[in-house]
Amino acid sequence: MTKPEGELTWKDLEIGAIVTEPGSAAQYKTGDWRSQRPTYDFAKCIKCALCQIFCPEGCIHQNADEYFEADLFYCKGCGICAKECLTKVITMVEEEE
Amino acid sequence: MAKKVGMEVSVAIGEAVKLANADVVAAYPITPQTHIVEHLASLVADGELDAAYIPVESEHSAMSACLGSAAVGARTFTATAGQGLELMHEVLYVAASMRLPLVMTVANRALSSPLSVWGDHSDAMAVRDTGWIQLFTENGQEVVDNVFCAFRIAEDQKVLLPVMVHLDGFHLSHVIEPIVFPEQSEVDKFLPPNHYPLVLHPDKPVTMGDFAPPIIYSEAKWAQEVNLRASKEVILQTWQDFGKAFGRYYSPVESYHTEDAKVLLLTMGSFSETAMTVIDKLRGEGREVGLVRLRLWRPFPFNEIRQAVKNAETLVVVDRALSFGGPGGPVCSEVKSALYGEAKKPKVVSFVAGLGGRDITPAGFEEIINKGIEISQKGSDNEFEIFGVRE
Ligand code: SF4
Ligand code: SF4
Repeated sequence: MTKPEGELTWKDLEIGAIVTEPGSAAQYKTGDWRSQRPTYDFAKCIKCALCQIFCPEGCIHQNADEYFEADLFYCKGCGICAKECLTKVITMVEEEE
Repeated sequence: MAKKVGMEVSVAIGEAVKLANADVVAAYPITPQTHIVEHLASLVADGELDAAYIPVESEHSAMSACLGSAAVGARTFTATAGQGLELMHEVLYVAASMRLPLVMTVANRALSSPLSVWGDHSDAMAVRDTGWIQLFTENGQEVVDNVFCAFRIAEDQKVLLPVMVHLDGFHLSHVIEPIVFPEQSEVDKFLPPNHYPLVLHPDKPVTMGDFAPPIIYSEAKWAQEVNLRASKEVILQTWQDFGKAFGRYYSPVESYHTEDAKVLLLTMGSFSETAMTVIDKLRGEGREVGLVRLRLWRPFPFNEIRQAVKNAETLVVVDRALSFGGPGGPVCSEVKSALYGEAKKPKVVSFVAGLGGRDITPAGFEEIINKGIEISQKGSDNEFEIFGVRE
């Protein structure tokens, strides 16, 4: 898309609001409605990748130190990673604007 | 040379779709549409029509298959009726809002319950707001002609919308009528090949029917509305071009002996033909009555309706459907909104008649007109009246 969604007028849309740019769903910020965010105590992390496997958003990737960490642009704050992590690395905390 | 043949209207629709050279027909049989798709199935099976016939498991699937077919740029046709149209309901919205050109004939049928396979306009009215272009036809020739026009309108680059061609179930779908068929070369000339601009193709992927958050949904809907309204220009042009090519002209609203008429009757669909004979009779008796026939149902021809009825004192609208708990007849309701802001307008009287296949005879129409005049003079506490219902 040439303009951000909030600036598109009805005339900017393709016929039938067809999206002609592949992979544009990546621009959609699903982290918008998060009310909690995961925080990490990486000292306990055994790098098992369970959190990555369970994350329904597929937004957990390895950081520079190869620890598994959520991309907050997409993380919805569901807390599944915190629940599944065996060594209790992850704590969900209230999202404060 | 065009040839005139006697043919059942449903079969004639199949022949028209063949002449239009459809690529895909996806349909589920339902009375009184069955003969249309039955004939198309045999045309495909016999190799007379080079198309894919997709026998689906429901009307919901029929319309869904049509979406896919139109999305890859294939010329697509389907037909349904009554309950079948209702089962398609949610997909009808998708077809229109994804701007997919396809053509569907609807052999109008009453809705359950009680179960009725016979005709009225309940099915059409229930899909009024789905965003389709909708035309009503009065006889076999009109249906055939408008199948060609519907493909051309739907596929026009300025339109790209699905088109419904309504014909009354049984009263029209199952009668044998003399119909003039154009030559293949004439149809090919009138109806250029379909070129959908954003086809689904792996070489250039697109996403159709994507997710739209609140920040963009209103823009998408307004674009759709602007487009449907603008389609009227193409509809008018197509009917003009059809008239020039084949000598039969169509317009959104047609007037029959309306000049100097104090009283006008307004009808939609095949019952208009009966109404015309009644107008002839009453004119013969010196009465100043006329008939307005509505052909284009969506986009609604507001200005044409205003023009057609502005000089009358009384306008009697006959609907073949009921809006339960609402204003009575849906056509009448639309006509009233068209006239509300006008300084000079007739008194409008609403009748609902011909439900579930019940005939309106010439004597019936005469009675409707007379009662309508009486109501317009004396007034009535009711929004509308069901004509001929036994008390
Ligand atoms: S599940 Fe826990 S231990 Fe395993 S990689 Fe994720 S954070 Fe580290
Ligand atoms: S909170 Fe949910 S969405 Fe966010 S990283 Fe954990 S599992 Fe994924």
